[in-house]
Amino acid sequence: MIEWALTASLVLFVLAALLAGVRVVIGPSLADRLLALDALTTHALALVLLLALKLQMSVLFEVALIIALLGFVATVAGARLIGGQPLLPRR
Amino acid sequence: MSLLPTALTSALEAIVALLLLAGGVFALIGSIGLVRLADFPMRLHAPTKASTLGVGSLLIATLLLSWQRDGSPGLHALLITFFVFLSAPVSSHLLMQAWLAQRNAPPEQHP
Repeated sequence: MIEWALTASLVLFVLAALLAGVRVVIGPSLADRLLALDALTTHALALVLLLALKLQMSVLFEVALIIALLGFVATVAGARLIGGQPLLPRR
Repeated sequence: MSLLPTALTSALEAIVALLLLAGGVFALIGSIGLVRLADFPMRLHAPTKASTLGVGSLLIATLLLSWQRDGSPGLHALLITFFVFLSAPVSSHLLMQAWLAQRNAPPEQHP
């Protein structure tokens, strides 16, 4: 039952990532594209977690943790860049 | 190798399967909202709520499954849960600020 649910969840998350990719391509403003990229990193994190469960490779949990950290940092940097602020606050 | 009694194990498997399916469905709903909603403040709601809930239920399923397989809940899944729920509001707040700054900026002058 768990194997079946893992496969179904993988399919659903891949569909969700494809839809977020559609918004990356058609998004009218830069903020739309950045939001869709943030959603894509979240989906990539979920896909790596599902692969870790399916293949029983616990190394992939660390990969998922690094994807979460890097996705957050990338979103913050991109949002500050779009908003016209410097990447680091001035002293 | 499971350390739990059989009835508890099958109940746990049902809960894990339900959480996995719910996570996938929530993520799909969030992405459908991201594609179909009308403007940016509406679209910001869809992935930051629904997809975060989807990943959250997936992480709870991961915790339960690694507890059943290894006998202890994995520290990594707990850390990822903590970090995802900590960073999602911050990044959506910054995205909204960026969108507002971009909208209020004067249009570029082309000669």
